[in-house]
Amino acid sequence: MIPGQFDYHRPASVSQAIGLLAEFGENARIVAGGHSLIPMMKLRMATPDHLVDIQDIPELKGVREDAGALVIGALVTQTELIASELLAEKCPILRETALQIADPQVRNAGTIGGNVANGDPGNDMPAVMQALAATYDIAGPNGARQVAARDFYEAAFLTALKDGEILTSIRIAAPAAGHGYAYQKQKRKIGDYATAAAAVILEMSVGTCSSASLALTNVGDTPLYAAAASQALVGTALDETAIGNAVAAAKDITDPAADSRGPKDFRTYVAGVMVKRAIETARSRATA
Amino acid sequence: MGKTHVKLTVNGREVEGLAEPRTLLIHFLRDELELTGPHIGCDTSHCGACTVDLNGKSIKSCTIFAVQASGAEITTIEGISGADGTLHALQDAFKEHHGLQCGFCTPGMITRAYRLLQDNPNPSEEEIRFGISGNLCRCTGYQNIVKAIQTAARELSAPKEAAE
Repeated sequence: MIPGQFDYHRPASVSQAIGLLAEFGENARIVAGGHSLIPMMKLRMATPDHLVDIQDIPELKGVREDAGALVIGALVTQTELIASELLAEKCPILRETALQIADPQVRNAGTIGGNVANGDPGNDMPAVMQALAATYDIAGPNGARQVAARDFYEAAFLTALKDGEILTSIRIAAPAAGHGYAYQKQKRKIGDYATAAAAVILEMSVGTCSSASLALTNVGDTPLYAAAASQALVGTALDETAIGNAVAAAKDITDPAADSRGPKDFRTYVAGVMVKRAIETARSRATA
Repeated sequence: MGKTHVKLTVNGREVEGLAEPRTLLIHFLRDELELTGPHIGCDTSHCGACTVDLNGKSIKSCTIFAVQASGAEITTIEGISGADGTLHALQDAFKEHHGLQCGFCTPGMITRAYRLLQDNPNPSEEEIRFGISGNLCRCTGYQNIVKAIQTAARELSAPKEAAE
């Protein structure tokens, strides 16, 4: 499969990249790891006239701490994310999730920025970012702005990102030390998208859940922040009843497509199982 | 939409060429450089037959444009054996343990295993299986591939004995 023809650009800074996007408008696409865009181009589902390759832009690289927040550059690959000691210590759900994405070669190429910015409902990181209440830093012709991950996803492949804008980094307030976390993903095989998956971040205080945040992958047009399910856990001991209530509330908001991963009912059922396992795993990891 | 200049170091040799931006790295390697070791299997970044080493990392060369790789150092299966044609320990082990049947996945499998052993010279069986999870083999059932990689790992990490 051969993609359509295009002109190639390799800017050295975010402002150059924004300039190119402004010049070529909707005929231009950003490419980083290329593992979402290039397959689409091979199928001629994407036919950009201009590709803006951002791989040489230093501002988009690396993981750092900034005023208590974890800042992950858009170009950080899944492999780099897995290797980050800072993230493993402060926010281990990212590593746990990245290890469940695709395979080693794909993780070497695929970037966190592409994973969250494309709006592909099959991608795993968007729900995790919603559970973490992450914020996306966006640069565009009119300057920089921030959008919460929970407000970013509008429909499949449709996000708050406007033409001409670039997602430059992800900003996460590190969860409290001793928090519980889990990303539970049901997939048919390595490299598959989730039949259903659930991300949970929670805190325990003397046996009671003091905060909880739950989000779902690939059981709707967008990642789903499960507010009611999260609320169903807070103030409980995460006993069977509370978990059952959260599972029911989470299943309530799912609307999966019937596809080769199974019919709707099955995928909603699996979402419930993933939520239950994620809560139980997170509870077992919470130390306070 | 003219051609662009692509410059790579492939198996230690500097190469240059002109390519349309849409030329995938696998096509540049196979058609321009006549390195037909890396195979085109699925062409959808699943099977790993096109795996090459790019700047010290395994990647699928069907899902990167040659122009994106410009400036990179690349190793293909052709660069794994010794300059005199001596087989690499991995190639020897695949041969000894019957780690291939039809052989289509083998270049990608060995190129991937090569990087895996660079990153982790003494992998457990589980680490090997996880490490080659992006390479599909439809013949062997993987058992003998895992054995071959284990053998090569032992061979490569054993202290070299002085020749008698």
